[in-house]
Amino acid sequence: MRAALFVTCVTDALYPRTGIAVVRLLERLGVGVDFPAAQSCCGQPQYNTGYRYETEPLMRRTARAFAGHEYVVTPSGSCAAMIREHYPRIGRKAAAEGRGSELAEAAAALAPRVYELTEFLVDVLGVTDVGAYFPHTVTYHPSCHGLRGLGLGDRPRRLLAAVKGLDLVELPGAEECCGFGGTFAVKNPDVSTAMGTDKITAAAGTGAQVLCGADNSCLAHLGGLLRRADSPLRTLHLAEILAATEEEPLT
Amino acid sequence: MTGTYLGMPAFPAFPAAAREAVRDEALRANLRHATHTIRDKRARAVAELADWDRLRAAGKAVKDHTLRHLDRYLLQLEAAVTAAGGTVHWAADADEANRIVTELVRATGEREVVKVKSMATQEIGLNEALEAAGIAAYETDLAELIVQLGHDRPSHILVPAIHRNRAEIRDIFRAEMAGWGRPAPEPLGDDPRELAEAARLHLREKFLRAKVAVSGANFMVAETGTMVVLESEGNGRMCLTLPETLISVVGIEKVVPTFRDLEIFLQTLPRSSTAERMNPYTTMWTGLGPSRGADGDGPTAFHLVLLDNGRTDTLADETGRQALRCIRCSACLNVCPVYERAGGHAYGSVYPGPIGAILSPQLRGTGSAIDASLPYASTLCGACYEVCPVAIDIPEVLVHLRERIAQGGPVTRAGVRVTLRPADGHTAERAAMRAARLLLDHPGALRAGERLLARARRLAPRRLPGAGRAWTDSRELPTVAAQSFRDWWARERSDPR
Ligand code: SF4
Repeated sequence: MRAALFVTCVTDALYPRTGIAVVRLLERLGVGVDFPAAQSCCGQPQYNTGYRYETEPLMRRTARAFAGHEYVVTPSGSCAAMIREHYPRIGRKAAAEGRGSELAEAAAALAPRVYELTEFLVDVLGVTDVGAYFPHTVTYHPSCHGLRGLGLGDRPRRLLAAVKGLDLVELPGAEECCGFGGTFAVKNPDVSTAMGTDKITAAAGTGAQVLCGADNSCLAHLGGLLRRADSPLRTLHLAEILAATEEEPLT
Repeated sequence: MTGTYLGMPAFPAFPAAAREAVRDEALRANLRHATHTIRDKRARAVAELADWDRLRAAGKAVKDHTLRHLDRYLLQLEAAVTAAGGTVHWAADADEANRIVTELVRATGEREVVKVKSMATQEIGLNEALEAAGIAAYETDLAELIVQLGHDRPSHILVPAIHRNRAEIRDIFRAEMAGWGRPAPEPLGDDPRELAEAARLHLREKFLRAKVAVSGANFMVAETGTMVVLESEGNGRMCLTLPETLISVVGIEKVVPTFRDLEIFLQTLPRSSTAERMNPYTTMWTGLGPSRGADGDGPTAFHLVLLDNGRTDTLADETGRQALRCIRCSACLNVCPVYERAGGHAYGSVYPGPIGAILSPQLRGTGSAIDASLPYASTLCGACYEVCPVAIDIPEVLVHLRERIAQGGPVTRAGVRVTLRPADGHTAERAAMRAARLLLDHPGALRAGERLLARARRLAPRRLPGAGRAWTDSRELPTVAAQSFRDWWARERSDPR
């Protein structure tokens, strides 16, 4: 089986280790990975901030970049939700505004082939034990788009629970938003910081060593708050934990 | 563009107003306690119903159907109310509604009215308008009474005094009750039962004296002309039955086609709002007073003022119109993490929280600073959509309104279709979004940019200037990787392109 990796712009530039981890993990599970170099940002920041027209070229590019791929896998719930939920909506609006059916068709062709990483592992590959080893105490923050947008449910927790050596502790108020929200974090910095601070306080209170998530943008916000607070708690993307093995531990 | 008046004067934009609230530790604690308690109870009450999802879908469908044929149902309602002995008045905006009510009260020769808690009358600022005409309006809902006595503004749809704690309420009662009527009993503690008893005694004298009552309505039934008011304290029922004249001011979107449709909402509204299985006091009347006939008591005159105030314009917007499905249960406020920190006052309207963020900028237009900032007062986390009993996709409408502000687009104001230009103050952002898109749409340039960034990573400042400051004031910046994923792949997998 082959899958194309949609690495996302944030992971590409700031968290390449997450992308590398996805490649290692999928290859270990027998999946060949393609990386179409024509890919870029899915347009989520533009769309969510109100710039739908700026989103359209990026949507076209994303659809074209992954045109030949049966499975498109991404380590970001919010980018997967953007493609699955909002691309069809943007396409319909363009058509309603008399700009043809091309975008709607591109969305319809792409959306059902896009999988968030944990969906791909659990639903397509049918695995929950990926053979990972990570001897640390971990708490998991399910980001809003994964939780409510995609309905990931307990997939990420099941994957974590099967990791050898890993002690999974519940995060109180896990389902509450961390306060990142894309441009919300800079447009409403006080509320954003208050929300993030409550989240890291809850996470630190679990006694975990690692705050795990499946969306690097939320983790950038929470990690930034943790480092400003000189907290020993560190943030890690789920993929990096799942990629770690006894032979090749996470460094 | 003239904005529709929503009961409040000019307000600072949301981020500035929220900043104050976030720093108010006591307020945050009050809000956190109250919203978490009610949200947990609501979740339990909803979980009891196996067919919740179907009720939610049915509520949405009934509301959508009604909105699509609103003209027809309003005329049917008018005919039914008139046939039952009531009088119907149409008000295009707040001024007209206030004028109609003021004249109706004047015609009775009375100088005071008792009020049933109503969002519509707050929306139009009726109490202030009556006061200007020399008529005193007494709020009889406990929380509204607290707000009124405290010279305060409501901060929650259902619990307008949610931002107050018991000690503050006791102090308000002690200081203010005497000025409005029966003074607070002495001594007065801050036990909820004592406070409720003080309010009961204070209000009783008003109920027994009042000749005119003003209410809203939760629902209006088109086929029968029946008005429906749901409340928890029974004070509303006193206002609806004791006075001689009853004036109801109701938004036009509150109509439902048939009596049977109430079955849905009488299940979903109480569970969503107060987490009760059944509403404690549900009052229905058709035309003249509730007990008209048998023993001849109840109001002898009933007036219904149908309020537009921006609703028809909102209806003209295909995405935004779903906000008119709202049944004002306030479930979205209670789960909203932004509301919980910012408090209701930051929303600059009688409609706070997620629903306020999409309703106010539609009813009033996006011309003011506060209205242009409201669609951004959300992380789009989706919790509000998940709990809404009529499935309003609040995040979708928020993004739609952001688009209207950032990019411009068609809107209807006062019945006229106009095309809004992008709002001022977004010029720099628009340029940045465009520049980012150009870069992102050229992976070659993107890769070069990433390399530049990687090379400059040691120079990265701890605090950014300009808009970036909002990030670095409280958070560290992510460290830029030495090599982007794209470069790693090209090197490792020798697939340069
Ligand atoms: S938007 Fe939905 S959840 Fe919010 S008050 Fe209205 S009906 Fe209730």
